Amino acid sequence: MHMADALITPLVGGVMYIAAAKAGADSIKRIKGDMDETKIPMMGVMGAFVFATQMINFTIPGTGSSGHLGGGMLLAAILGPYAGFLAMAAVLTIQALFFADGGLLALGCNIFNLGFYTCFIAYPLIYKRMLKKGCSTARITWASMLASILGLQLGAFSVVVQTILSGKIELPFSSFLLLMQSIHLAIGIVEGLVTAAVISFIWKARPELIEGAGAAGTNSFNVPLKRILLSLVIATLAIGGILSWYASSNPDGLEWSLYNSTGEEELIQTGEFHQKLSDIQNKLAILPDYSFKAGVEVPEQAGTSTSGILGSVITLLVTVCAGIIIKALTKKTTRDDTY
Amino acid sequence: MANITQAYNRIFTLDELSEKKTAIHRINPVIKLVVTLIYLLLIVSYGKYDISKLIPLFLYPVIIMTIGDISLRPILAGLAVAAPLVIGIGIFNPLLDRTIVYNVQGMGISAGILSFASLLIRCSLTVTAALLLLATTGMNRIAAALHRLHVPQIFIIQLLLTYRYISVLMGEVSRVYNAYSLRAPNQRGISRNIWGSLIGLLLLRTYDRAVRLYQAMKLRGFENHYYGVNLDRLNKTDIVFLLGWTAFFLIARFINIPVLLGLLVL
Amino acid sequence: MSHHKIDFINISYSYPDGNKALDDINAHFLHGESVAIVGANGAGKSTMLKLLVGILMPQQGEIRLGDIPVTKKTLNMTRQQIGFTFQDPEDQLFNTSVYDDVAFGPRNYGLEEKEVEKRVVNALRTVGIEHLMHRAPYKLSGGEKRAAAIATVLSMEPSVLAMDEPTSALDPRSRRRLIKLLQGFMHTKLIATHDLDLALELCSRTIVLKEGKIEYDGTTAGIMTNTELLEQCGLEPPLSMQGCPVCGHK
Repeated sequence: MHMADALITPLVGGVMYIAAAKAGADSIKRIKGDMDETKIPMMGVMGAFVFATQMINFTIPGTGSSGHLGGGMLLAAILGPYAGFLAMAAVLTIQALFFADGGLLALGCNIFNLGFYTCFIAYPLIYKRMLKKGCSTARITWASMLASILGLQLGAFSVVVQTILSGKIELPFSSFLLLMQSIHLAIGIVEGLVTAAVISFIWKARPELIEGAGAAGTNSFNVPLKRILLSLVIATLAIGGILSWYASSNPDGLEWSLYNSTGEEELIQTGEFHQKLSDIQNKLAILPDYSFKAGVEVPEQAGTSTSGILGSVITLLVTVCAGIIIKALTKKTTRDDTY
Repeated sequence: MANITQAYNRIFTLDELSEKKTAIHRINPVIKLVVTLIYLLLIVSYGKYDISKLIPLFLYPVIIMTIGDISLRPILAGLAVAAPLVIGIGIFNPLLDRTIVYNVQGMGISAGILSFASLLIRCSLTVTAALLLLATTGMNRIAAALHRLHVPQIFIIQLLLTYRYISVLMGEVSRVYNAYSLRAPNQRGISRNIWGSLIGLLLLRTYDRAVRLYQAMKLRGFENHYYGVNLDRLNKTDIVFLLGWTAFFLIARFINIPVLLGLLVL
Repeated sequence: MSHHKIDFINISYSYPDGNKALDDINAHFLHGESVAIVGANGAGKSTMLKLLVGILMPQQGEIRLGDIPVTKKTLNMTRQQIGFTFQDPEDQLFNTSVYDDVAFGPRNYGLEEKEVEKRVVNALRTVGIEHLMHRAPYKLSGGEKRAAAIATVLSMEPSVLAMDEPTSALDPRSRRRLIKLLQGFMHTKLIATHDLDLALELCSRTIVLKEGKIEYDGTTAGIMTNTELLEQCGLEPPLSMQGCPVCGHK
């Protein structure tokens, strides 16, 4: 579920970074306020714990297949939502840097998709609410299951929206959505079961670890959160909705108005406008049979005209030669050094 | 569970690579971070069908790898992780977008194939850039760079501690899993009835370790502040590095260099 | 160096789960003494050390370091004087290089980087791992980790060393090296251990704990031959004092 850089545009990546950073900053503020210092190393070590347990295969009885633990829910349950979010963010950052699991530009998206929904939506709205009246194995199981499933579904939906809005792929919105949601339903169920089992165990062995988390200062918690959430949902739906409405009701109208407002000459002049146009076209890819995008401009864009191909080959040769020359030069100098 | 040993080795290799002493390694981490981000930003801003315009960008990883003495292997290992997702989604491009754009020796090339190729190129470039950043800088210095950029203290400590204890935790998971497999030879993964206790016990031990860690830190005077390495000031090489690459990236972004070269030759 | 003495005065401590770890303990230590604190598992050895450094706070009684009582307010001062090593060195090596771990303490106490460097090199040299200065902790062997952990407290130049099971999980050579090292230290040494051979070689004085009370507080030689008392406290004589396993002679 980790998004790669190649699938997003700067705009989507940037917006999500801002959203993730805002959530992070709020979390830090909250933690500074009401936390005891012991939480700081706790967050780090728990992060490492989640990292390590993600390597474990859990067999699902009866199906013969296996699943993994994502960890967001568990972190929120033990550390509380704010510390859990930050711990998750640290884990994802390290995954992006070391394991190419998720791109650096997409890190904002990933932190948001995998951290925000679990810690700030699924956890308070489902898990905590269900356990408010007290814990029992059954309650814990249901709460963990539903919360995990919800968190993952929201995350998956987010991924789909971000990818489609970035427009680098041809997969139509509906099929992609169906694919992602169903896969993550299965993943969510497994994660829910594992999380439930672990939390029940901990609750029986050391209940103070479960009940203590997130209890502090959460009364005023709901207000700003709901606002953020609402605005995000509205924004996403609005963009998607407006674009699809445009596409469905007035495809030629949109294209026509674009050409009209800019003037045809400008279209041919700047290569950049080609870019913009194809971006908009791609957003309209919600309708897969909208074929303008495969128009005449493509070979020029791709640079696959004859001069383009020849030039690409030359460039590649130059690059490779540069590499070889530098390698030879540095080998010489390292032989001179006494390291 | 071979994952764990693989993951272990990955961290070790990249860590060792970051301890080399080449010119690239000496460049200020903040600069390297900024250049990498500019590189990534520009790459993802390319159009859907851009191919030849992306080619000059290969110069960056090539130069970093040669001067920085990073071999191809760790890069390929990283690509092996990142590529499947992109391929899995991107493969639909040639399948769904069949509009033939032009012909090469009688074979029709569709727009879908072009966009897929573009996607693959961009994936390789972005993943490589991120891995090279780490391989020439190392976690410690990336954290120092983030500190310079005023990323909050608490988060940087998280990065450093999580990174530090990953190997310890992986060791514990590995031991627990081995102990389990020795007594459950027919299982392919952990069975349902002990999910809770296996992971739960690990978690409790981890919790206790974290408490001791906190005590150890307090005993040596820790007060929630940044305790990593400190960076030197920027020097001329750093500035040249920054400006040079930024200029190159921008030029490559807005001028189709290969097409120009081709036209010159023809 | 200081002329600190350490006093445990009527100390009682119970863990949150009800386990009464120490019951009205009284003990006094002079500067430069080498004391082993032994007892069966759970007898209260680690607890004594943890109370000394203020990781735990006694429910009853007072601990004094020189003239300063150990309280929440004085911890910053008292902790500078005591170097405490944990049972698992992994818990103490939380930086990404040995140098940074050993430098952590001095840096936190505000020393200049030049002075920090001097102390780090000194500490590493003392424990014999100067060549591992820039190594990452996960690459160290058990003995090297233990040495590094000791270096992390040495660099703070404490007057007291409090060590919790220092020889556990060490192979014979590392253990020998550690004993030699500790023999050369002039610090006051309080060592909680069940390695009675270590106690015999290193400490002139031994305190035996049983169920939270002090059963014996005197010379090491005196207790190590007292098989009866040792067995009552869940211990047995050090291996070097038991019969020769080959020829059967004592």
